[in-house]
Amino acid sequence: MHIPDGYLGPITYGSLWAAVIPIWIYASKKVKEILKASQVPLLALSAAFSFVIMMFNVPLPGGTTGHATGATLIAILIGPWPAVIALSIALIVQALIFGDGGITAIGANCFNMGFAGVLVGYGIYKLISNFSRYSSGQISNAGTRNSPLSTCHLIGAGIGAYAGINLAAFLTAVELGIQPLLHTGADGRPLYSPFPLSITIPAIMLEHIFIFGIVEAVVTVTVLLYIKKSHPELIRG
Amino acid sequence: MANSKFGKLWIGIAILIILSPVGLILPELLKAGGAWGEWGADEIEKIAGYIPHGLKKLSELWKAPIPDYAFSGWDKGVKSYIGYIFSGIIGAALVIGVSMLIGKIFAGKNGNS
Repeated sequence: MHIPDGYLGPITYGSLWAAVIPIWIYASKKVKEILKASQVPLLALSAAFSFVIMMFNVPLPGGTTGHATGATLIAILIGPWPAVIALSIALIVQALIFGDGGITAIGANCFNMGFAGVLVGYGIYKLISNFSRYSSGQISNAGTRNSPLSTCHLIGAGIGAYAGINLAAFLTAVELGIQPLLHTGADGRPLYSPFPLSITIPAIMLEHIFIFGIVEAVVTVTVLLYIKKSHPELIRG
Repeated sequence: MANSKFGKLWIGIAILIILSPVGLILPELLKAGGAWGEWGADEIEKIAGYIPHGLKKLSELWKAPIPDYAFSGWDKGVKSYIGYIFSGIIGAALVIGVSMLIGKIFAGKNGNS
């Protein structure tokens, strides 16, 4: 899902840079308000986790590979805006040092994976866990309240993670697929990514819907279960 | 120190880095290529039949120091796995360094509790 340099023409990569800069400014403002000095290591841990988990390429036999991003997981642990910053740092280091994702496409990749994936994944998690709080409201007085990370929270986290990575994948597919419409050379052939939407969307979405989305959900729930045991204070519910 | 509180989680990151070559070995075993749409210009030529002009130009814009998490001459077999681990260490160290710096600036005078 890391778009390399050259796949997006200037209209697309320029727009996504223009979109991501105010997002970074807003996220920085939010993080300045909420981040405590004691939470800084957690921000660094989260960014490092995202960087490392993306090195675990999951193969489709005879086909392509994909990976989890940790976006929803990190948003649950440190909040959505710090997660935007953490993912962006990981994505920028990947682009600059390892050529994983292009320089011109930093805006696109940070928008897709580091913003849209984070906010939607976290939003769905919140929606489902709030619903669980509401529906368990009646029994809450019996004393089972505030157990951090109930089954409903975990289901919300899994569904959020699945939806988040699929949204990021969908945005990637659309950004790639509109290139032949936006830019063609004098000979009529595409100047940048040459594949139309009718190819990019099924190619990218099928593998995320059936495999990588599930990988993301499993990684998210597994790590949450581990942290629930080892560091329950980190889970704010 | 705040860090010791997260000691286990730092160890978790270290374990993931050591295990990261799994992310190279499994795709090799199962004959899976790279991610869809992350091909180099030469691979695009094989798939599409030509290299789009703009794509070629932009793809030469940046030469990453450690392209594809591999050190030159260390791109096959066991050496590539060791290189992958080193890339993981270098990348994680950079990511941690930058986040700590940005985090400290942002956290500023915010309370410590």
